[in-house]
Amino acid sequence: MSYTYDEAMKDFDPVFGIEVHVELNTKTKMFCGCANEFGAEPNTNVCPVCLGLPGSMPVTNEKAVESAIRLGLALGCSIRESSRFARKNYFYPDLAKDYQISQYDEPTSYEGELDVVLDDGTVFTVGIERAHMEEDAGKNTHVGGSGGIQGADYSLVDYNRGGVPLVEIVTKTIEGAGERTAEVARAYVATIRDIVRGLGISDGRMEQGRLRADVNLSLRPKAADGEDQSAVPFGKRSETKNVNSLRAIERAIHFEVGRQADLLSKGEPVVQETRHWHEDTNSTTPGRSKEQAEDYRYFPEPDLLPVEPSREWVEELRGTIPEHPAKMRARLQEEWGFSDLEMRDAVAADALVLISDTVAAGAPAQAARKWWMGELARTANEREFTLPELPVTPADIAELQGLIDSGRINDKIARQVLAGVLDGEGAPTAIVEARGLEVVSDDSALEAAVDEALAAQPDVLAKIQEGKVQAAGAIVGAVMKATKGQADAGRVREIILARAGVEG
Amino acid sequence: MTDWTRASALEMAEAMAAGTVTSVELVQAHLDRIAAVDGEGTPSNVHAFLHVDAEGALATAAEVDADRAAGKELPLLAGVPIAVKDIVVTKGMPTTAGSRILEGWMPPYDATLTTKLKAQRMPILGKTNMDEFAMGSSTEHSGYGPTHNPWDLDRIPGGSGGGSAASLAAFEAPLAIGSDTGGSIRQPAAVTGTVGAKPTYGGVSRYGAIALASSLDQLGPCGRTVADTAALHEVMGGHDPMDATSLDEPVPACLAAARDGRENGLKGVRIGVVKELGGEGYQAGVSQRFEESLEHLRAAGAEVVEVSCPSFKYALAAYYLILPSEASSNLAKFDSVRFGMRVEKDTIEKTMLATRAEGFGDEVKRRIILGTYALSAGYYDAYYGSAQKVRTLIQRDFAAAFETADVLVSPTAPTTPFKLGERLDDPLAMYLNDVATIPVNLAGVPAMSLPAGTAPEDGLPVGFQIIAPAHEDARMYRVAAALEKALEGEWGGPLTSLAPELEVVK
Repeated sequence: MSYTYDEAMKDFDPVFGIEVHVELNTKTKMFCGCANEFGAEPNTNVCPVCLGLPGSMPVTNEKAVESAIRLGLALGCSIRESSRFARKNYFYPDLAKDYQISQYDEPTSYEGELDVVLDDGTVFTVGIERAHMEEDAGKNTHVGGSGGIQGADYSLVDYNRGGVPLVEIVTKTIEGAGERTAEVARAYVATIRDIVRGLGISDGRMEQGRLRADVNLSLRPKAADGEDQSAVPFGKRSETKNVNSLRAIERAIHFEVGRQADLLSKGEPVVQETRHWHEDTNSTTPGRSKEQAEDYRYFPEPDLLPVEPSREWVEELRGTIPEHPAKMRARLQEEWGFSDLEMRDAVAADALVLISDTVAAGAPAQAARKWWMGELARTANEREFTLPELPVTPADIAELQGLIDSGRINDKIARQVLAGVLDGEGAPTAIVEARGLEVVSDDSALEAAVDEALAAQPDVLAKIQEGKVQAAGAIVGAVMKATKGQADAGRVREIILARAGVEG
Repeated sequence: MTDWTRASALEMAEAMAAGTVTSVELVQAHLDRIAAVDGEGTPSNVHAFLHVDAEGALATAAEVDADRAAGKELPLLAGVPIAVKDIVVTKGMPTTAGSRILEGWMPPYDATLTTKLKAQRMPILGKTNMDEFAMGSSTEHSGYGPTHNPWDLDRIPGGSGGGSAASLAAFEAPLAIGSDTGGSIRQPAAVTGTVGAKPTYGGVSRYGAIALASSLDQLGPCGRTVADTAALHEVMGGHDPMDATSLDEPVPACLAAARDGRENGLKGVRIGVVKELGGEGYQAGVSQRFEESLEHLRAAGAEVVEVSCPSFKYALAAYYLILPSEASSNLAKFDSVRFGMRVEKDTIEKTMLATRAEGFGDEVKRRIILGTYALSAGYYDAYYGSAQKVRTLIQRDFAAAFETADVLVSPTAPTTPFKLGERLDDPLAMYLNDVATIPVNLAGVPAMSLPAGTAPEDGLPVGFQIIAPAHEDARMYRVAAALEKALEGEWGGPLTSLAPELEVVK
């Protein structure tokens, strides 16, 4: 038979663990002064150190240590008073020194706990084994032939990413998630992403590899009713590498659960191995077997001194840790009075911080939400940007809303002003003044325009006087046209009704 | 006409300041000497140099002379030529670390030490020969052929820094740079009758020194006199933000200490003779010259006591686990991908394997295999882990010994230089050369070797080792200078002045 995820849950109990690599957004690399930036020309952000040239030596980036400690604290970890870097030795062309500077038996952060809130509000606690610092490798591109390292015509290596600071977060074995395994895994990674963004230590963009997840998963037979599931021994696990979106995490778990359930139900063994996730086929294929596990010959890095953060510094950093993203979300929803749906949409659009900052800059919460989730979300979509990438700040939006609320512009003009802001013309008030977009609130000018419009359409005036007040809309439209949209529509309406001798 | 190649570095500096000689004249004299005794086809064929940069050295010298003529203030050793061990990277000058795998490699950057030598305005004559990646005690493991000892061309000049030491003994350079991981400065100094010092670990930046064993490596000065060596030590030292293990403290006042020892003797100084570094296994003439040196030290006012360092007997074993372990990792980068030799095969794995098989010599391969094994899963604790414990015990031995003595002393090497080829097939016998120098590197303390004379039985140089506590580099120069003064009184000049004349190209 071929198991679906849901069917497999009737016969098997999944056990899993997740390793997340977070690329830190420090200005420079982990062990040298090269720029840490994405998308530069290949091999331009390199120096003797990150190219591993003979004689070069690493020096630890203190800002990266600070970010790693803050992340550890946000994950509820203890921070080691003295932790060492270690060399992880293996040969690979993208690894300039043919060893990676990492941490082994003495990670900076260890023994933490993270609450993960599922969509229905259920809280699942994930144990954190460790969070350690290391450097990233470069990037291989295999050209021609098979396209893989073995059969390509030739390969290119870009060392720009080599030496970029990473924190690797390793969970403890996660049991008891049952049928919610995929959901828990996804929510865990989403929470890590929200935390690193909240800390400001990484943009957490999975599509650019700034946050990468490896998923370890095994199945064991489901315990009979009334028996202790945790007493059943673990099965052999697979490790699915580089699962690079939240959706892919769920899908990869669905696939692996089905695949392993099929094997086990046929009495075939699950091979302990690394597997690669394929986004196009929604499936995994085997990589190297862990049976012949590579021996990394770890030993303490003799070129670096131990990292020894003072207790005072760690406590100071603890003071900079934002509240847990789920708690913050609940608090904001309450404060802003958003519906569950509004809140979920804002989170999904990555707009929470933007809305929060817009509110902090003086705008009402609903107004802030409408801008970011409406006009700006559309613009972002058209321009293929994320919301935070749009060239507009929360302060701009608050200022724009302020202009509306004070009656200086109306909604329609506000959209024109926003377009100006997005085109780089300046701040909203400056654009309004430069373009002369201010609402016409001079009554005499409006009265003249109303009289002119009424004179042009005497039948409408009659209708209004007969009590068909909605007919005033035609006159309002004419006045708006005459004033190029800059009239305050409410005031125009009042003047029309007054002229017709009808109460508004 | 003065043969300036026989002068000391400080005499050269003084003469330049006085206007009696120019840097260009000094550099040319040394280039002529190199041409006469060093290269293939010369009758002596010392082969101390792997690369000679006549043009660069003369250009630096001319600039120094011009600035001096213009009355500009210049550093102490400005214009004094120097030879640099090929383990130090030099921008625009080939750097091979004695290995074929780096043949023709032109580093795109300067080591911190190279930058310091350039700032000191010292003309760099060239790069000196060495055992491949500093693995060896004879330079026979150089990928480019051995260096010959100027005292007896059939004998080894020591290693790994045999090229630097031989360049001094053959008067091809007045000063040289060495690197010392287990004795690679001190043992060549001993067997060539020259002076060499290994500073406190972290005293000299390692940035740009091709790593052998990072926790043991240290660059240091080589000269023919204690004062010259002290002056160069001060040029090399100092904190470097590019080396995380570099000490953030002032450079020790080595030259002043050397002058103090020479002028004021050693009254009140306690000298500890390390019981374990002598006696059985040490050549008779080596022991004899060592004892005589102790007499000179007593005569200079020092008190000589015996100290015991019981853990030293494990030093060699621990060293040959720690060094290969670190080396196996440090040498992984020689993979053909970014620099150096490439033996092209149809896959990257085969290319890496073929390049390393062809580019590395036997001794390098031996140590990579040893280190890879020692670090392997399941063996780490028994080998690397145990060796690190021995290291701690040795550090404790030193700490205890320095409670009763201000400096410790021993013969630098158990024997005078042996014949080329004699121990090439017996790695263990070769490793035993360094039995007295290795504990120093394991503890990170400073030590130096200076000549104690020649052994009566073979007329070949014997070295005297002085070890000081960490950060007390200046102290060893004080003791060394006092001993040197007494010995030079007997010899009528530096020991190298007694070396047999080399046959030269006419």
